[in-house]
Amino acid sequence: MSSTTTFQLLTADGRALKAVLKKHKARRKRKAFLLVTPLLAFVIVGFCLPILDMLRRSTNNHIVEKTLPRTVLALKEWDAGGTTLPNEPAFASLAQDLVIAQHHRRATQLGQRLNYEFSGLASLFRRSGRHMEELVNEVRSTRGSYKETLIAFDARWGETDSWRVLKRFSDTLVADYYWAALDMRRDLRSNEVSLRPSKERIYLRLFGRTVVISLGITLATLLLGFPLALWIARLPSGQGNLLLVMVLLPFWTSLLVRTTSWIVLLQQQGVINDLLVAVGILSEEGRLRMIYNTTGTVIAMTHILLPFMVLPLYSVMKTISPSYMRAAVSLGAHPISAFWKVYFPSTVPGIGAGAIMVFILSIGYYITPELVGGRTGVFISNRIAYHISSSLNWGLAAALGVALLGFVIAIYWLYDKIVGIDNIRLG
Amino acid sequence: MAFFPPHLSLIERSWYVGFRLICVSVLIFLLVPILVIVPLSFNALPYFTFTPEMLAFDPKGYSLQWYREFFTDPNWQGAVRNSVFIALCSTFIAMALGTLAALGLSHADMPARSLVMGLLISPMIVPLIISAVGMFFFYSRLGLQGTHLAVILAHAALGTPFVVITVTATLVGFDLTLLRAAASLGATPTRAFFKVTLPIIFPGVMSGALFAFITSFDEVVVVLFVGSFRQRTIPWKMFSGIREHISPTILAVATCLILVSILLLVSLELLRRRSERMRGISRH
Repeated sequence: MSSTTTFQLLTADGRALKAVLKKHKARRKRKAFLLVTPLLAFVIVGFCLPILDMLRRSTNNHIVEKTLPRTVLALKEWDAGGTTLPNEPAFASLAQDLVIAQHHRRATQLGQRLNYEFSGLASLFRRSGRHMEELVNEVRSTRGSYKETLIAFDARWGETDSWRVLKRFSDTLVADYYWAALDMRRDLRSNEVSLRPSKERIYLRLFGRTVVISLGITLATLLLGFPLALWIARLPSGQGNLLLVMVLLPFWTSLLVRTTSWIVLLQQQGVINDLLVAVGILSEEGRLRMIYNTTGTVIAMTHILLPFMVLPLYSVMKTISPSYMRAAVSLGAHPISAFWKVYFPSTVPGIGAGAIMVFILSIGYYITPELVGGRTGVFISNRIAYHISSSLNWGLAAALGVALLGFVIAIYWLYDKIVGIDNIRLG
Repeated sequence: MAFFPPHLSLIERSWYVGFRLICVSVLIFLLVPILVIVPLSFNALPYFTFTPEMLAFDPKGYSLQWYREFFTDPNWQGAVRNSVFIALCSTFIAMALGTLAALGLSHADMPARSLVMGLLISPMIVPLIISAVGMFFFYSRLGLQGTHLAVILAHAALGTPFVVITVTATLVGFDLTLLRAAASLGATPTRAFFKVTLPIIFPGVMSGALFAFITSFDEVVVVLFVGSFRQRTIPWKMFSGIREHISPTILAVATCLILVSILLLVSLELLRRRSERMRGISRH
């Protein structure tokens, strides 16, 4: 031991062993990292960047500054908290900006964007954009005032609130999509953020519903999956493997196939209703509505996510020795209390892993709720898709997406604490 | 139950029976959607329920018309071609990059291992709708929205975590002396990789590739956002079919997809056994 402090170990060619080893280790590190680099670069560019782009879009607000650059400058001095209208130069800049914007067909677009924040602005901008050139010519020929002409053209230009919106959204970085995503509103005058009245809260309610339905699905998969996993784990391995294949088959079957089959089974003219009518349990008029509502979403998603619960439960149960239960019973415990006090606690890691997995998957589900959820059984993801493809409010879609992502990451962090990322296994 | 003593009381006996009943019903719940869709796909009438002729096993109640439609309709055939092409390309990218990365990650000297691992498997954790929205913004900005390339790259990103995880799992317990032996016998590192490492990790690579393949083959959210009609895949067609007018052709397609999944399941099971055997040998 002490020799290392007094002598320096040398390699065959006379170099210090320590330095050679260090160099060698650094080279191996580099080699390992080089092997990972292509994929790391691919994932960062092809996956992380798009997510960051979404993050940027959720706060990005360049449209006012780009479309009305002179107006933004002119409004710098104006006090949005007061009650006076901006001065003549601001009106003149707006008129100039709008003529150019109309030329590039951007006035309507801007109006649509601002309409998300203050309804009525879409029509104001559309109308003003269309007529601004005439108005400017009129002011020039009569040497009149832009302020008076614009207010005479549309009284909304005489309202301070319209100008407040313009001034507010002159900022290029705004949190307003997030306020909207959380059903909050920023007062135009005082800048105070407050919750909308409960009737107008769409997104908080939708987030709440997504979480509640997801919890219900998680509970349902646990209740159905636990006995099944227990049974399979207790069977001799030949039969157990056969049953496991039966669990894996739906797991490997296309998501759309399974959703289609639930539509076929549950719809009002479907297999289950027909069967119940044929047996005489239901009358022809009393056919159950089991799909295109919350029930449909819960049934179909419980089925789709059940394997994600059974597989981790099974792998944990497989490792619990049956002799523990026998020992407890031989020591006088009632089988039920032996099960509850000895067997059940050892399955908790499996329950945790399965439940968090099912919950994470469920909360971001889109396809199944979209197809079987009707109006009441849809999730926050369906709303995100709606804003992307129908309402075209991309900023709000991005903000909702980021909020959902934050939630999932928080649960995932919990998963890592409980189960550990390295313990993710497949099949 | 095996862990109850043999002298069972009546309550215990009924519990024994009741427990099995519960389990069997859960199994039926799991399998019934698949079992129902297969016979219905042979329905002679465009209904989604069993007709009296079908229940009487009358041959007139059955027909192959929906299969004929699936195999002759150019629209569906285009979807099949797109699905296979996109899945094969994205699987190839995922397999190549994922295997390399797994080799690096299994090195004892890999720096910042858990951070890198977290980044690499993030496509598996982030909800699909968020990945799809992000990629939609990203590929629109690059002008690639609505191209095969965008869908392939997006699917490859979604598939890589599976390859990384399965290959890393096969590399656990990989005997490094084998590589040293190869080197001492004069093999270059490349030759040693192809002659020694690859045959051993091959089952892991293949099962990762199967996971990547099915991820792409079954994926619809990203295709909906990043792709367009020209990139329509089988799930894309099924999704729009269910939303607009559901035709029994979808049931025929679904039955074909069930066959595909059975094939995949069997191949995975064979690969798993092979992997256990190979690694069993390498341990001695």
